[in-house]
Amino acid sequence: MIGLRSTKNTTEDFSEILKQWPIGRVRDFIGRRTSAEAGAAIESLGRTPVDLAALVSPAASGLLEPMAQRSAGLTRRRFGNILQFYAPLYVSNYCRNFCRYCGFNRGADVRRRALTVDEAMADAEYLSSEGFRHILLVSGEDPSRVPPEYFENLITLLCDRFASISIEIYPLDRDGYLRLVDAGADGLTLYQETYDPLVYTRMHPAGPKKDFRSRLRAIECGAAAGMQSLGIGALLGLSSWREEAFYIGMHALYLQRRYWRSHVSVSFPRMRRAAGGIAPQRSVDDSALVQMICALRLILPDAGLVLSTRESARLRDNLLPIGITRLSAASVTEPGGYVGGRRSGTQFEVQDKRSLREMADAVKERGFDPVLKDWDAAYRYDQGVSPQ
Amino acid sequence: MEPLVIGGRKFNSRLFIGTGKFGAGDIMSRAVRASGTELVTVALRRVELSGGEKDDDLLGRLDSESVLIVPNTSGARTAEEAVRIARLARAAGGYEWVKIEVVPDPDYLLPDGPETLKATEVLAAEGFNVMPYVNADPVLCLRLVEAGAVTVMPLGAPIGTNRGLRTRDMLEIIIEQATIPVVVDAGLGKPSHAADAIEMGADAVLVNTAVATAGDPVGMAQAFARAVSSAELAVDAAPREPRRPAEASSPLTGFLRDDA
Repeated sequence: MIGLRSTKNTTEDFSEILKQWPIGRVRDFIGRRTSAEAGAAIESLGRTPVDLAALVSPAASGLLEPMAQRSAGLTRRRFGNILQFYAPLYVSNYCRNFCRYCGFNRGADVRRRALTVDEAMADAEYLSSEGFRHILLVSGEDPSRVPPEYFENLITLLCDRFASISIEIYPLDRDGYLRLVDAGADGLTLYQETYDPLVYTRMHPAGPKKDFRSRLRAIECGAAAGMQSLGIGALLGLSSWREEAFYIGMHALYLQRRYWRSHVSVSFPRMRRAAGGIAPQRSVDDSALVQMICALRLILPDAGLVLSTRESARLRDNLLPIGITRLSAASVTEPGGYVGGRRSGTQFEVQDKRSLREMADAVKERGFDPVLKDWDAAYRYDQGVSPQ
Repeated sequence: MEPLVIGGRKFNSRLFIGTGKFGAGDIMSRAVRASGTELVTVALRRVELSGGEKDDDLLGRLDSESVLIVPNTSGARTAEEAVRIARLARAAGGYEWVKIEVVPDPDYLLPDGPETLKATEVLAAEGFNVMPYVNADPVLCLRLVEAGAVTVMPLGAPIGTNRGLRTRDMLEIIIEQATIPVVVDAGLGKPSHAADAIEMGADAVLVNTAVATAGDPVGMAQAFARAVSSAELAVDAAPREPRRPAEASSPLTGFLRDDA
């Protein structure tokens, strides 16, 4: 009742809510939470800012096991014993931004490549033959190399082979997203990287990504355009993970309420040192990652929680039962890397190098069912069947 | 709790009173006064719009200074009829608020969701403060918010049944998802039911049958008023959730210690 409600109806976009929660206030707010409040949040599954802050606070560090138990239970109740797989398809590593942590940043000395539609289709066919039915198109931010029309064409072609097509590309406006939705895209992933505006400014000194607020707004443009799945996250290691986790929780709750037709998912990319990039600024150890996953599951029982191949096989296996619902597998993070071999730079080092089949076996061994197809693009199109 | 605001208007009481089951007599106005309510709904079909004979007029007995009178469209069976009634109320009485009731089913008196949504769209676009009465259907409530309603009024139980919050699970979802105030309407038979709704997170309750048909309507109105304000105090006092019994299971975070 004292949650986000009072602010919801009048809010223009999430940045209005962020204004009420400057980083100093959030740090202090989290710091004041008690273990009694954390215990109450685990019991009650409340979704107020106090609950969220308590769950990510140092006061909850001693409650990791009960948090994990509750989180695992909630995840099974909502998602069953199912884990969904997807593969990223990198189409271009050209970029106009200077993100200091990224292997694709404009100043980085990496071999650049933008796949032609045919080359991208070759990688896609490889992924399809491996069994993937959900695909995530990834590119750097340089629309002159891979313009929106490029994605429109590619997505239209991919619809035949993939049940679900998501994008993780440069931000577009509502009309831009609308065109891709019409072409067949159903998911938008756009990480804010950090919710701390000062750190954001430091990390993005130049390029179109420099503007914190316009990046924050883009995910809502996608939601308004009808993207069914919205993926958010922070690059863990840029700033303190507790504050990031709090902001992610608030952002997800906001998106769920305002864009109630879309499904929100949260990713947990831990920063890896990339070629040409800086080292992580703040450490996020495994316990922190567990606490963050559990805290967000308790606050967001319906959200997809995503883990990429940035994490080791051992850690991924251990995190499976706790709250994760979606995994990438056998990822190659360079354009053309699936069929062409290593010819260009990677975005980050993949830790878990298992193939989809090996992943599926590992998942089954732990009592889960791997799911490769969980949607069908055909649902969205007129199949020539009408009620009368 | 902070004062309730609906459609830009502040309400000091979270108890609303319906008048459908009252006669036009003195009892109704005394019960309304005793309840402390600031919002009363009145069926337009019972209002003498021509301004003629006032003896049997509900409106003549209500103090429009202290309570907001909201005409309802009771009797309407389609969106079109509800829209017509609302326009009539505005034209004849200057009413800018309307509670939409579209009830095609004469037995259980359950509201028609799709027709209510249609009427809400039309009337909200015409600038009315629309308060739709609906079944406890969370998705319908989300659609009504988009249509421009100023509140949603899901039922707690079929109207007139006095059975309390039978739609509890759905009401919880509606309240959780709501971006506008939620008024639990219909089915509240006892003050404890009203308190239950407020404790659950509803913004207000609307009561008619339970007060109008009580042996002592004035006393019952007072009882509801106290139940609602005591629940408000309780919400502010942040009650603890009941504890779940412990569940024994194998540890999920042991792997963190194996690393050490």
